[in-house]
Amino acid sequence: MATNLPAPTEQAEDTDLVLRQVLADVLGLSPERIAELHSDSGLFGDLPELDSMAVAGLLTELEDRLDIIIEDEDVDGEMLETFGGLLAFLNDKRSNG
Amino acid sequence: MLTGLWPSPSGCEEFVLSFDQARARRLLVIPALFDEGNKLRHFTVELMRRLYEGGVDCFLPDLPGTNESPAPLAEQTLSQWRDHVAAAARHFRTTHLLALRGGAVLDPGILPSMHYASARPASQLRTLARAQALAAREAGNPVTREDLLAEGQAKGVALAGHAMGAQMVRELLAAQAPTAAASVAQGELGGGGLWLRAEPAHDPQQADRLAELVLERLA
Repeated sequence: MATNLPAPTEQAEDTDLVLRQVLADVLGLSPERIAELHSDSGLFGDLPELDSMAVAGLLTELEDRLDIIIEDEDVDGEMLETFGGLLAFLNDKRSNG
Repeated sequence: MLTGLWPSPSGCEEFVLSFDQARARRLLVIPALFDEGNKLRHFTVELMRRLYEGGVDCFLPDLPGTNESPAPLAEQTLSQWRDHVAAAARHFRTTHLLALRGGAVLDPGILPSMHYASARPASQLRTLARAQALAAREAGNPVTREDLLAEGQAKGVALAGHAMGAQMVRELLAAQAPTAAASVAQGELGGGGLWLRAEPAHDPQQADRLAELVLERLA
């Protein structure tokens, strides 16, 4: 079936890029530091500057750039704990709405 | 740089930061709103220093209820803030206006204006409500954004430390920024918007670039 949706791997790479960019903008990290983030890198809980206001801004920006809606009940400690966890959540949102 | 007080229609003497040599081009700067106003404060003042060096006098009045203002934030409304901006334009005899982010919604439309990275206040309000909901849940008192905004519209609410009256919440949810004579998008500056930063930060290159664009478009 013809579709205009990007192939899943292409979309996953794009999500990874957007998440790194938004984290760079929120945390003020250099491109080198951002490139070093891997799936086990700790976010909420490990980075003291990620308080509730920063997380709220981060989620709003991800919604805008990825064209998704993140519900209050989607947000929990696990989803925000690591880079890999947040990335998996975003990929799931983009694939399944 | 001078600091001073001026008689605002808020009924209080309000604080203003000014760079004034009584020159022909006089720019009224409307700050970004709430948490974004705090995060962009350094950037805003650095931008004004550059514009002043570029030949433009600049005025940044506090919005009543923010910074040094003696007025309570919870008693402010968007319409009062707009009147305050219009009164500041007359008092300081400004010739142009520059609004940052959500401040665009306070542009009274009486001067040639420029909006930088204009943002809808409703979206900012929802982000503040989200921060409040996240903090409340961490504290073991879960509440949804919708509940907070409904409460805000009915009787006012404090969102992430900003006490807002019911009329302020209703006006922020409905507000649309007027069309400006010119606008500058964040993409033209290079780098991410400093309002996104978890901690207030400054970027001299972004300030240089925005000053250049403002001077170009004022000319």
